[in-house]
Amino acid sequence: MKKNKSIQKEPFVRIVKRDNIKLPKIILIYSIAIVGGLLLSGLISVLFSEKGIGDFFQSLFTGAFGSERKFWLLLQDTSLLLGTSMALLPAFKMKFWNLGGNGQILVSCLSAIACMFYLGGKVSDSVIILLMFFASVIAGALWAVIPAIFKAKFNTNESLFTLMMNYIATGLVSLCITIWVKSGSGVLAPIAYGNIPEIGNKYLLPIILFVLITVFMYIYLRSAKHGYEISVVGESINTAKYVGIKVDKVIIRTMLLSGAIAGLVGFILAGSINHTISTASANNMGFTGIMATWLASFNPLLIMLTSFFITFISKGMVEVRKTFMFTNDSISNIVVGIVYFAIIICSFFINYKLVFRKKEKEEIKK
Amino acid sequence: MIVTFLMSAIAIGTVLLFGCIGETITEKAGHLNLGIPGIMCTGTVGGCLFVSLYMNSLENPEGASWIALILSSLFGAFLFASLTGAIYAVITITFRCNQNITGLAITIFGNGLTQFLMHSYVDKSNFSTAGKIIAQSLPFTEGSGGVVKVLFGHGFYVYFAIFIALIATFIFNRTKVGLNLRAIGENTATADAMGVNITLYKYVAILVGSGIAGFGGVFYIMDYVKGSWENASTIEAFGWLAIALVIFTLWKPNISIIGSYLFGALYIAAFVFGNISFSEREILKMLPYVITIIVLIVTSMMNKKENQPPQNLGLNYFREER
Repeated sequence: MKKNKSIQKEPFVRIVKRDNIKLPKIILIYSIAIVGGLLLSGLISVLFSEKGIGDFFQSLFTGAFGSERKFWLLLQDTSLLLGTSMALLPAFKMKFWNLGGNGQILVSCLSAIACMFYLGGKVSDSVIILLMFFASVIAGALWAVIPAIFKAKFNTNESLFTLMMNYIATGLVSLCITIWVKSGSGVLAPIAYGNIPEIGNKYLLPIILFVLITVFMYIYLRSAKHGYEISVVGESINTAKYVGIKVDKVIIRTMLLSGAIAGLVGFILAGSINHTISTASANNMGFTGIMATWLASFNPLLIMLTSFFITFISKGMVEVRKTFMFTNDSISNIVVGIVYFAIIICSFFINYKLVFRKKEKEEIKK
Repeated sequence: MIVTFLMSAIAIGTVLLFGCIGETITEKAGHLNLGIPGIMCTGTVGGCLFVSLYMNSLENPEGASWIALILSSLFGAFLFASLTGAIYAVITITFRCNQNITGLAITIFGNGLTQFLMHSYVDKSNFSTAGKIIAQSLPFTEGSGGVVKVLFGHGFYVYFAIFIALIATFIFNRTKVGLNLRAIGENTATADAMGVNITLYKYVAILVGSGIAGFGGVFYIMDYVKGSWENASTIEAFGWLAIALVIFTLWKPNISIIGSYLFGALYIAAFVFGNISFSEREILKMLPYVITIIVLIVTSMMNKKENQPPQNLGLNYFREER
């Protein structure tokens, strides 16, 4: 038995899965992570410059809330990210790893711009806008449903498939730009036709639209039969088959919806915000949307918070960069990365807890 | 013309090959590391930093020794890349957090860090000298052309990549370590029951895989473009291609040698052929991704066991969970 002695000794710390965790504790864990991540990022910024940590937080907030315009922009970009997250959400609920948000937004944006480019001036704007709407929604849905069909029929790996679809979308955009821009500058000037009319001010339309979509998605996932089927497929495909859910159909239908919502984001980007397109038009929202969705643990209402927070950091960092006189925008990527790490690790402390070895005396008392 | 084309194809292929081998090793351990693009970036800055430190320590940079440059670039790249890989490893292995999300965060972070350090903290003044020395090929290929140049006219890194690919193949298929590693990727619980130290294997696989991927970026900067630096997004794009290549080569490092040169050829074709229009060039640039998708579909349709991704790819392992 000599050999067993080392095995008998309890490890200093071990990991145990939590059964249930109360909301205040979740909030506490997240707050610690966010504050910790921001502090760490602040310290790093301070380390590489002559400013203090106070300046870091001050410029972070002025960058996001500093003026009325900045505040509206913050809300607008939050709503776009919210829209993207709503597109990704049903897919993720189904455990379909849709990494193709960028591509879906880009192709839909491209189709909308194509309508503006070819029909602009020839037919009335309202017709163009209508066509743009359908073109972008269909394009987005198509881009999402291709990987879904193969996933449903042949179990093709969807995360890699959607990832590749992003690059093809980027390629299509560059291709169209080289065809459309005769000067060879590679920059498409904003198109004056087919611009969606403003309501209130120019920021309000996306905000209202995507909040409505969020409400829709909340009800769809929570109360509709479709939403229930999605969550069953996500939990266990075998269970889904057993209760008679047609898994293929659910995957394809959900991805059509997912792509269509991404299409709406592209539609708004083309028609209401940019009026032009570049390969960076999706602003990497396909990926940040994944972050927002996942950090909110797939809860549509929490996604409002996370997408606001992510947009807040990226807006704020623009100002930090100016104050700290960093010559390139890479510092914001570093900060965003660190804050992500901090929040990702949260999920560990929410799902598991650490149990430390009790002192021997206590053991004896027991 | 054809010689330049093949030379460039092999060079770009080598960048991808390093990334591809690195990603294959981590995927064999069941971890889909989408952080490879970021890790290739930090590898680049690590290699460049050590090269610049070495160059600045010399009184006469022209007389820098080849072996010292190779070693310092390899060491720096491996160190920085595997440190970045360590962040990924801690978060996904010990903390069991979602691999896709962590990988994406690593890529954002790695790109930012690299851009930041390269821009302000790495002295690039001697890079063109260092680049020339690192890119040195065997003496007899100087001035020769044709087949000899294509086969033997490259710098050290190209052959080193092939060497690593072959070693990796050998380890995967012929050793117990490789068998254990594949068992972990296929079914972690079974491997655990077999008595394999899961955590250790996963950590080593991710650290080594990341380190190898890091060589790709430093090779691109030091050997292929001879020390010039634009931005991290070029290398990030290579990283995504390398991930595509892993699928294309069906998780087999020996096939990846050919696969990466093919991808390199497709990638470079868009730039080498001067007589094609801009739009044709854009179409050529899309080809590697289209081909990857086709391969992905075909392999999943054939449904042959040996051509599938590791079964537990992307799933974290917690022993007490069923």
